[in-house]
Amino acid sequence: MSGATDQLPRLLSLVPYLLTRPGARISDVARTFGVSEDQLSRDLELVYMCGLPGYFPGDLIEVDITASGRITVSNADTIARPLRLSRDEALALIVGLRMLADLPGLQEREAVDSALAKLENAAEEAAVASSAVAVEIDPPNRSPDTLAIVDRALGERRRLHLTYYVPARDETTERDVDPLRVSVVAGRSYLEGWCRSAEAVRLFRLDRITSVEILDLPADPPPDAQPRDLDAGLFQPGPDDIAVELVVGPAGRWVSEYYPCESVEELPDGETLIRLRTPDTRWVRRLALRLGPTGRVVAPSDLAAAVAADATAALDAYAAHGLAD
Amino acid sequence: MSARKTERLLNLVICLLATRRYLSAEQIRRTVAGYEDLGDEAFKRKFERDKEDLRDLGIPLETGTDSTFDDEPGYRIRRDDYSLPDITFEPAELAVLGVAARTWQQASLGSAASGALLKLRAAGVDIDDAVPVAIETRVATSEPAFEMVRQATADRRVITFHYRTRDTTRHVEPWGLVSWHGRWYLVGHDRDRGDTRVFRLSRIVGEVKAVGRRGDVEVPDGVDVRKIVLQMVEDPVRISAKVLVRHGAAQGMRRRALAVEPHGDGWDLLDLPIAHAERLADEAMGFGPDVVIVEPAEARAAVVARLRALAAAVDRTDA
Repeated sequence: MSGATDQLPRLLSLVPYLLTRPGARISDVARTFGVSEDQLSRDLELVYMCGLPGYFPGDLIEVDITASGRITVSNADTIARPLRLSRDEALALIVGLRMLADLPGLQEREAVDSALAKLENAAEEAAVASSAVAVEIDPPNRSPDTLAIVDRALGERRRLHLTYYVPARDETTERDVDPLRVSVVAGRSYLEGWCRSAEAVRLFRLDRITSVEILDLPADPPPDAQPRDLDAGLFQPGPDDIAVELVVGPAGRWVSEYYPCESVEELPDGETLIRLRTPDTRWVRRLALRLGPTGRVVAPSDLAAAVAADATAALDAYAAHGLAD
Repeated sequence: MSARKTERLLNLVICLLATRRYLSAEQIRRTVAGYEDLGDEAFKRKFERDKEDLRDLGIPLETGTDSTFDDEPGYRIRRDDYSLPDITFEPAELAVLGVAARTWQQASLGSAASGALLKLRAAGVDIDDAVPVAIETRVATSEPAFEMVRQATADRRVITFHYRTRDTTRHVEPWGLVSWHGRWYLVGHDRDRGDTRVFRLSRIVGEVKAVGRRGDVEVPDGVDVRKIVLQMVEDPVRISAKVLVRHGAAQGMRRRALAVEPHGDGWDLLDLPIAHAERLADEAMGFGPDVVIVEPAEARAAVVARLRALAAAVDRTDA
């Protein structure tokens, strides 16, 4: 439900919107403004009561709604233009566009630059404050060509061949992928695509693509292959995921900020219990080793045993090279 | 805001946009619908609040007098200041604008982004003409402190907050916010330290209070908040490390190695540029028995000590 506090700014956009689109459908307008048709009717009733001082019929804004649900507004010259962008509104769009402008090799680069220039011009002072908020995206410089190649394959709807490093398994893999989209989330850029080996939609971090090549084949993902809903989170636990519990000391607390956790619980003595779910526990094993004595795996128990075995084997390796002291 | 109030404010905006002359509070009281039947005090209070509300919405309410003989200030809204300038976009530009606006979906600037798009639409722009683009961007603002810090930064007000690192209360002149790897950092002048500092917003505990007046904070010329954050998070490579890795293992390290030489017995010797001995130790720990640090010696000693502690801790659990 739109709070009543949003009503005035909405009306100040609604009136010019309707002035430029005589005969607009009630249902379309309600959808555009994100309100119910009832709320839109209340908005229009209110507008109809307003106008120039004197408030005689000729002074008031005219609102005409046909039986078939089409709206025409007239006699509203004073508010015929929308209000200029507020500081926050300018900031939201400008920072979003600057993110796109920072992506190297994007085909839409020209459109981004020109839209940015128009917006900065229209927002004037409101645009100045936008430089105080910035979003850095990885990798700006590490793999400048990868994005350009991926973007071109998307534009040409062609299949890609990737060499891809999977850190969780410490493996470099080869695969063919039908690209669906480039997604930039949490400061990292990914290729989302139909992986022909996994026969599933997969996410590939651009900085982990070792090499990429456009194949002379059309991209042919199955019709139901869709990129994920980014608003539901990039990493959604699957039904077969393994539940992992880690206890970390103060020096290991960064884990809860770094990985998507299911829950984070403060324990006495300054320790933190972290619960997460993952399809592949190999990276947790690495993480537990890395945490060393400042963290331990509680569950699953075989993972805890594997970490201990790794530590012992690693000590043996140092000893074998005469480097254990 | 009640419907009656919205109606009064809309009439006030229309009246002040229509007038070329400044209108005194008294003239507004007599002409704008919604102020009748109020006593002097009640009118004054209501009018003050209304002015505040209009300014909060970004409506440029101007105060002044038409001649030096007017002893009372009047009000008006200049149309040029009020109106969004003429603006049109090509379909390709509309597409990227849509992507930019969706960036904040579910984040704190989400409603500002959709409000901005509505204004552009109201200016006659047809967002639906956008050509589809195969790119989506998202920025999260899950840190509770984000909104307060952002407002204070925009208002150029000094803030004070409790910071988890070293458990201290800080007084900071905010210069800017930078998101890096999905985490927000505040850059500013730390008044307690008398120097530039970077704070991670997730480490701000509890409320952020703005103190002092708007405009108090002066951002020094030439400050580049992005550069300051990147310098802090991305350490330059300083040391060359020697690391043994098992055949086929530690691909992540191999990818960064300057040289890889066979070392016999199923091992390779890597020449690896690193920033910190400590960070190399962290990384090598993750590879367990597949990586052995040769030098720097301090990284090797750190790893061996941590491996021993780990093995010992598990031995105790087993016992």
